[in-house]
Amino acid sequence: MLRSIELIPSGALTLLSIRNLSKTFSSAGEPVHVLRGVDLDLQAGERVALTGESGSGKSTLLHLIAGLDAADSGTIRLEDTEVTKLSDAGRAELRRDRIGLVFQQFNLIPSLSVADNLAFQARIAGRHDAAWSKELIERLGLGNLLKRYPEQLSGGQQQRVAIGRALATKPSLLLADEPTGNLDEDTADDVLALTRDLVTRTGCGFLMVTHSLHLAGTLDRHVTLHAGRIA
Amino acid sequence: MRRALWVLAVLLSHWRRHKMQFATLLIGLIAATALWSGVQAINQQARNAYDRAAATFGGVRTAMLVAPDAATFSQELFIKLRRAGWPVSPVLEGRVQVNGRSVRLLGIEPVTMPADVGNAPRLGASDLSSFVASPGQTLVARETLSDLQEQEGAAPPISSGAKLPPLRVLPQLVSGVLVVDIGVAQRLLNKPDQVSRLLVGKPRGKPAPLASVVGEQLQRVEPNAETELERLTDSFHLNLTAFGLLSFFVGLFIVNSAVGLAFEQRLPMLRTLRACGASARLVNTVLVVELVALALVAGLIGLACGYFIAAALLPDVAASLRGLYGAQIPGQLTLRSEWWLAGIGISIAGALVAAATSLIKAIRMPVLATAQPYAWQQRQRRWLVLQSGAACAVFAVALLLLHYGQSLIAGFGVLGALMLGAALILPAFLEIILLVGQRWAKGPLALWFWADSRQQLSGLSLALMALLLALAVNVGVSTMVETFSRTFVGWLNGRLAADVYISASDNAQGVAIRGWLKERSDVQAILSGGRADTQVQGQPVELLGLPDHALYRERWPLLETAPRAWTQLVPGNAAFISEQLSRRLNVRVGDVIEVPAPGGTWELDIAGIYADYGNPKGQLAVNVAALIRHFPQTPQTRIGLIVAKENIPGLIAALQKQFALDDRSVADQATVKAESIRIFNRTFAVTSALNAFTLGVAGIALLTSLLTLANSRLPQLAPLWAIGITRPRLAAIELTKTLSVALFTSLLAVPLGLLVAWCLIVIVNVKAFGWRLPFHVFPLQLVELVAVALVASLLAALLPMIRLARMQPASLVKVFANER
Repeated sequence: MLRSIELIPSGALTLLSIRNLSKTFSSAGEPVHVLRGVDLDLQAGERVALTGESGSGKSTLLHLIAGLDAADSGTIRLEDTEVTKLSDAGRAELRRDRIGLVFQQFNLIPSLSVADNLAFQARIAGRHDAAWSKELIERLGLGNLLKRYPEQLSGGQQQRVAIGRALATKPSLLLADEPTGNLDEDTADDVLALTRDLVTRTGCGFLMVTHSLHLAGTLDRHVTLHAGRIA
Repeated sequence: MRRALWVLAVLLSHWRRHKMQFATLLIGLIAATALWSGVQAINQQARNAYDRAAATFGGVRTAMLVAPDAATFSQELFIKLRRAGWPVSPVLEGRVQVNGRSVRLLGIEPVTMPADVGNAPRLGASDLSSFVASPGQTLVARETLSDLQEQEGAAPPISSGAKLPPLRVLPQLVSGVLVVDIGVAQRLLNKPDQVSRLLVGKPRGKPAPLASVVGEQLQRVEPNAETELERLTDSFHLNLTAFGLLSFFVGLFIVNSAVGLAFEQRLPMLRTLRACGASARLVNTVLVVELVALALVAGLIGLACGYFIAAALLPDVAASLRGLYGAQIPGQLTLRSEWWLAGIGISIAGALVAAATSLIKAIRMPVLATAQPYAWQQRQRRWLVLQSGAACAVFAVALLLLHYGQSLIAGFGVLGALMLGAALILPAFLEIILLVGQRWAKGPLALWFWADSRQQLSGLSLALMALLLALAVNVGVSTMVETFSRTFVGWLNGRLAADVYISASDNAQGVAIRGWLKERSDVQAILSGGRADTQVQGQPVELLGLPDHALYRERWPLLETAPRAWTQLVPGNAAFISEQLSRRLNVRVGDVIEVPAPGGTWELDIAGIYADYGNPKGQLAVNVAALIRHFPQTPQTRIGLIVAKENIPGLIAALQKQFALDDRSVADQATVKAESIRIFNRTFAVTSALNAFTLGVAGIALLTSLLTLANSRLPQLAPLWAIGITRPRLAAIELTKTLSVALFTSLLAVPLGLLVAWCLIVIVNVKAFGWRLPFHVFPLQLVELVAVALVASLLAALLPMIRLARMQPASLVKVFANER
């Protein structure tokens, strides 16, 4: 496995540790137990695919890890930080500085150009690295698209910008929710190959939700969520 | 039918899930209908009152015969004409004082009164004998009875001591008028066998030519379609209509924004309906039916609100019309069925106009969505270019109207075109400002702030246009009112020269008062004035007699003057003319004017032009002695006194005690001034109320736009939250963005408002009232109005922002959730 020497943390440290995580939603007045005591570990630099049938709680788990939502019980620890104990502002800070997020719908900022979208999170976090940014643009093949706006890009191009934005801060953990769900098979393969390369280059952890067993097979490990638990 | 109901049920289900949008749509329609209908109700009420006044036992709606010098004439002429087959009826008109109040006394001859004298109140056959036979009756409107503080059946005395016949209420009679038999009127007015005019009915055969019966002693005056009062008050009602129209359009902005958003959100639903087999015709018909039904409901609620608005504003409007034109409008609102129907009609028409774009889109919509990229930038640029082009065309129309237009309508046309053009060009202006901001921005959030504001522009532009228009009208009208107020107070200070004003009940009392005053050492000067009415070139003109006193030379304000103007006035062959009359007659200093007088034509050199704000009648100021020479019937009841300040209260008390004068008959300068300023302020109270309403509706437009935008903006805000910007911070940024565009809009509204004020002062006022005011700018007032606009924007933005700041993460997460 190719890893960039200077960016890989020494030793196989546990990057993400989830214990007994539960989450319940209310639907039409009825409680729906989405997660029922999930336990999961992810090592630094490890690339893990999370699969499961529809409604198994994959996206919810990802949202809880990112601090987009709060768990009912259990713990999530990212490196030395217990995410489940953080305030709203603390979770926002965590996402800004240490987590990269990629969504199926790309969620780029339509009013900003590609260049500004790419630099946005890194600048917010105060971690803009011009050399790294240049390298990202080059590796993602976005050099001739920088002045365009998201609406002027194809789905694959938009997802490459979203990946670039997420990795521009050199996060500890990259979370991706069906990043290829809106792309055709060939484009999906290309985008994921690029993501794998860049994750390897940064040495961050990578947790990807996917329905595709084929794509799941290209990562280091594959875990399945079934009825709210890791199967 | 069942299919149509199913489609309707599906369409209505959208509103169940978007209650705020539904409320927005209804609020827009209600606001539009309410303000428009309210203003129309007031106008209708006033016009009904003018009709009543015009038709009072043959007003200007009936052909009549009058003396060429407008004086009374012998009733012998009436008898001659009746014998010659002319269906004429005599009327004698004059003024009497009852309980210190001056009222119009109308003497009629009910037996010969033509049946077709407009819609005059008629006396029944049984009432006729009690009206004519002794002691007779005095017909009076209920409002007048209450003004005179009398009861029905009472027979109050007039100032001469003679008693009126018992009062009887005739509900449909115009207020401020007492109607008696002509014989009684001749006795009360001390004009035996005299007649003011003869009303002419429809002749049965062909009567002898007028000249062959009465020679040149009488001339025929044809009935007017429009009364003098209607002509004078046209501008006032046009002004109200303009406000109503503005509010109506602002309301339609709200409707347009709500319907537009609902259409975008319902696109997939419409496509699904079509895909399921509902024909395009059926879907489109049901869309229209749904809109009309909503407009019907909102229209009814709007009409109810309009009724309350009209009822609340009517007392102030009545005060304005009384103060400005002497028109009597009843303070109680009565409405015709046409008003209700027109209100519903305007609501439905407004809804269809506001929804036209969306309905056309629905008609043209293909069943399958085409893969068109949402190119907001290109679309926005195209839209801005088109709109700016339209704005330039409208500005060109304004310039043409300014250059070639002569009428009041043209003046309002300039105003309308100016505001429409400004509203159309506003988004382009804001785009330029925001683009400059984006270019200068440092830091990612600042960059997003400007870029996102640009993107939001199309969604907010209608609300911002409404804010621009409302604020510009506020700036314009407030500047005009403040200018008028300051000019009026300054003018009043000069015009009210005397320290004490006395109004004697009749000439005899006037003589007695003057004799008594001459004996008093505390009176420095007695200034006797007088007023007479006549007609010049068909215009009603008031002749004001001024005493020859140094005080007038020093303080009476003149706008234009000939050399030695005051000296020219003394012999009685010169006059000063009021500004509005000089414009109406196109008379300048140095011209000669011919005034019909009882003794023959009186030629007067115009030696000066003076401002006479608030007077609907044209006025000529002449020497009082000359006035009495030419108009011997002039009442000499007005007396002004120059008195040392410390002696004023004692003198007034002594006058009241000696001559039983009440507060209305004797007053000091400060009281008269305070009363004039009170009337002035009341006159503009309705303008302030409409100003506030318009700004309020613009605030609602902004609020509804922000609320509807708030939901559609979640996908744009959620990614920012996801990458680490907290909800309160996002809300604060959103609030700053809204306030920034509101501030830019408000700052643009200031020069536009000043331009509106200039149009009102230089074009509309001159055309409507005949006076031109100096143009002043009041910076503090402008700052205040911008602050009010920002507070309104803050209030409008606050609710969506609080909702964003408090939004549950789950709502934001939904944006990213493909499944759970």
